[in-house]
Amino acid sequence: MTEALPMAGGHAANPNINAAGLTKNDYRGAPSTLCLGCGHNSIANQIIAALYETSTVPEHIVKFSGIGCSSKSPTYFLNRSFGFNGLHGRMPSVATGALFADHTLKGIGVSGDGDSASIGMGQFKHVMRRNVNMVYIVENNGVYGLTKGQLSATAEKGLRLKKQGENPYLPIDICMEALTSNATFVARSFAGNAKQVKELLKAALAHDGIAVLDIISPCVTFNDQENAFHSYKWAKDHEEPLHEISYIAPRNEIVLEREMVEGEIREVKMHDESTIVLKNLEKGYDPTDRHEALRIMEDARQNNWLITGLLYVETDKPNLISQYNLVDTPLNRLTEADLRPDRSMIDKVNALMF
Amino acid sequence: MNKIVNDFSITVGTKNGSGSSTANNTILRSIFKMGIPVSGKNLFPSNIQGLPTWYTIRVNKDGFVARREEHDIVIALNPDSFARDLASVRTGGAFFYADDIKQPVTRADIAAYPMPVKTIVKADANIPAEYRDLVSNMVYVGVLAQLINMDMEKVLAALTFHFKGKQKPIDMNFGAVKAGAEWAKANLEKKDPFYLEPMHKTDGLIMADGNTAAALGTIFGGVQFVGWYPITPATSIAEGLNEYLPQLRKREDGKHTYAVVQAEDELAALGMCVGAGWAGLRAMTSTSGPGVSLMTEFAGLAYYAEIPVVIWNVQRIGPSTGLPTRTTQGDLTFTHFIGHGDSTSIMMLPGDVYECFEFGWKALDVAERIQTPVFVMSDLDMGMNQWMSKPFEYPDTPMDRGKVFTEKELEEIKGNWGRYLDVDGDGIGYRTFPGNKHPMSSYFTRGTGHDPYAKYSEESSVYIENMQRLTRKQETAKQYVPAPVFHNTKGATVGIIAYGSTEAAILEAQYQLEKEHGIKSDFMRIRATPFTKEVDKFLAKYDQIFVVEMNRDGQMNQILLTEYPQFAANFKSVAYGDGLPASAKWVREGILAKYKKPAAKKAVSKKTAPAKKVAQKKAATKSKAKKK
Repeated sequence: MTEALPMAGGHAANPNINAAGLTKNDYRGAPSTLCLGCGHNSIANQIIAALYETSTVPEHIVKFSGIGCSSKSPTYFLNRSFGFNGLHGRMPSVATGALFADHTLKGIGVSGDGDSASIGMGQFKHVMRRNVNMVYIVENNGVYGLTKGQLSATAEKGLRLKKQGENPYLPIDICMEALTSNATFVARSFAGNAKQVKELLKAALAHDGIAVLDIISPCVTFNDQENAFHSYKWAKDHEEPLHEISYIAPRNEIVLEREMVEGEIREVKMHDESTIVLKNLEKGYDPTDRHEALRIMEDARQNNWLITGLLYVETDKPNLISQYNLVDTPLNRLTEADLRPDRSMIDKVNALMF
Repeated sequence: MNKIVNDFSITVGTKNGSGSSTANNTILRSIFKMGIPVSGKNLFPSNIQGLPTWYTIRVNKDGFVARREEHDIVIALNPDSFARDLASVRTGGAFFYADDIKQPVTRADIAAYPMPVKTIVKADANIPAEYRDLVSNMVYVGVLAQLINMDMEKVLAALTFHFKGKQKPIDMNFGAVKAGAEWAKANLEKKDPFYLEPMHKTDGLIMADGNTAAALGTIFGGVQFVGWYPITPATSIAEGLNEYLPQLRKREDGKHTYAVVQAEDELAALGMCVGAGWAGLRAMTSTSGPGVSLMTEFAGLAYYAEIPVVIWNVQRIGPSTGLPTRTTQGDLTFTHFIGHGDSTSIMMLPGDVYECFEFGWKALDVAERIQTPVFVMSDLDMGMNQWMSKPFEYPDTPMDRGKVFTEKELEEIKGNWGRYLDVDGDGIGYRTFPGNKHPMSSYFTRGTGHDPYAKYSEESSVYIENMQRLTRKQETAKQYVPAPVFHNTKGATVGIIAYGSTEAAILEAQYQLEKEHGIKSDFMRIRATPFTKEVDKFLAKYDQIFVVEMNRDGQMNQILLTEYPQFAANFKSVAYGDGLPASAKWVREGILAKYKKPAAKKAVSKKTAPAKKVAQKKAATKSKAKKK
């Protein structure tokens, strides 16, 4: 192991060094062991880019995952962050407990459609309603990759897979499930749309609470038939962006990264004072309107659209930990003096008994 | 008729949900405050209202407070169990019954006392109609008090405690007790031999249930995170934490140093605790067998990922609609090997309410020291019933947070470390916690496949080394888990091994075996696995060792057989589990059924004993050689 990793916050006049004093390399992970061309790799790269560009300190992030191809990917980014590859479908509970240890930390969870929509549906729904402070990415390809090609719960009805035959069931919509479980940030994107993935990631990182990103990430090995919902071709043809999105870091006075085209512009202020700016392609779509979000998802379902963009955001709900009125010092830095009641308390306790 | 003083049982038969628990606890606490050793056990069905339920009290001047199978005094208030209750009274016993139950009292060999429970309550103008049914239970307390000389001042003290000093309910209930007593004084003639007389044997003791003690002990252990899911009989641990954490960990700024989260199920409950324990919090969960079943996958992961977490299992019979409100020691082997693949867990086995408190804080120390899940195996009898206890004592050792590197230590070693490097030779590596700002602090956690630097590896040699290190950790754990306690008899010829809530029954059986059968025994109560060196020594001393436990299969016996095959011929399993708390009767009878009288005369056997040992050793060596 090297001893020469730079501490975050260092300064240098190198244009490749961000405000945290780090280069992009400081955000990278181990080489990917997924298939060449896998959408998940592209997402890992956008996670690296988003964190680098927002000058996020790697030690500020904790990575979580369950089991599956998607859940392997936390090793492919942020070598310098703590990570926990847990059990199939149980990433949310591990993240919930771990994030209590230090309320200043942000979680990034990477899961898949098998991990979240099947075995982990219970924990998925409950982590939404608890508003845990984490970005929850579902790399959604409609198929079980690591076990070599079984149908997942997000696969569309009628999909045919080599050894599985035809899917007789209707699919589960990750975004719909998140929204009905009171998630406070719900977005969908497509791994092939790198710019949108990155901007949504930045917005999700700025969100104080649970931020769900359902990213259609085609499986090049087991589910990339041209007519399949989770394929590159289908997604490219049916992608229906809600709006263009730009993320503006806090304290950055310049509002737009690049010139916007015509259309209504709506700013959404995030909890950390940063702003996301949405350029609506649809008639004044308002992502803070829950009713509207449900409607647009239902429309998309009926019209066979892959609707992408920020579907819903609510910035004034307290995150889980802030509801617990914890001390300012991270809990995992407390010592015996903070934690063990004073000696005099033992008499009080015995007096409470009969 | 000879008086029987401070040595009898009282059984109250009521309907579940009729509010009799206040009355029963009042009887128990009054006797306790009279200075007489006493225990009370609630034998209840899985039901909120309507099914028959019993509360059994054991009064014993010598301190034997295990459940007594003989029913000396029976109080019958439930028409549905009336016939059964009447039949259960021992000859010469006493039978109190609500006189509105119109069923024949057919026995002449007992003293029968009708009680106009409902009439007395109705006559009291101070009791509003809606409280009559609840308060009517207090009438039998009064009638019983009058006949067995229960001290009315102590009854008042018990009610004052129960109603937390609120005058109105105290007056109303105590009024009903007095009315019952006055009625009995005027109308009943004493025909049974049972009396209470004040003693001083409970001076300085407290009365508490194991779940409350566990919650309190956990708080003194500095618990920071609790994830839990409701389940009988463990729920009152989490409720105790909710009640006492705000009182005992109060800070001037009003902020909290802990979080209690009710999870969506037991998988999530332990998952949260594993996350919290991994990130550096003292984490615990409480559950019962069905919950542990669901927690199994996480428990196995925590073993391999080496994450400290404490799991209280208040054992009950199950699964599903089994006997969920009945006590057992049925989860021992399941927990010992919990998780898939090779795994051996640490179990702590509290034997009474005092130890529930003590192990509450100690388990957190052991978990962080060994970096592994620690299971504390309580049971329904200990967890939910009121027990006499020594007062709880402040922890006598500082918190042991185990091996942790903060930024400071990492700086000193220039970030050169590996999460699973066994630098101290005890199998235990150093941990870092998320939030550590040193750039070399982080590592990636997963199950089995990792090298000493927490890097992914599927290499056979790496796997083997890791497994061997985990075994070394188990060896190290022996220094940190509680040693057994001994109750020895001079000249003992046999050994008894037990654990958990059965101690009172064993002690009484030990006494009876010596007095009535001339069998002298040494009793070792095991308090943890892995077994400590004291266990090794004890086993080498006797050629008959009775392993007594409340289950069918003799689970502790199975574990002992695995760990000590050289003594296999000496172990005699006395296992019995019927859902009821242990009684001296079944312990005694169980041991007698398997006891073998020494064949030779005492003097001879003494002389030959050393020779015999040598022979055994030789035989053991021989068989080893043969295998090779």
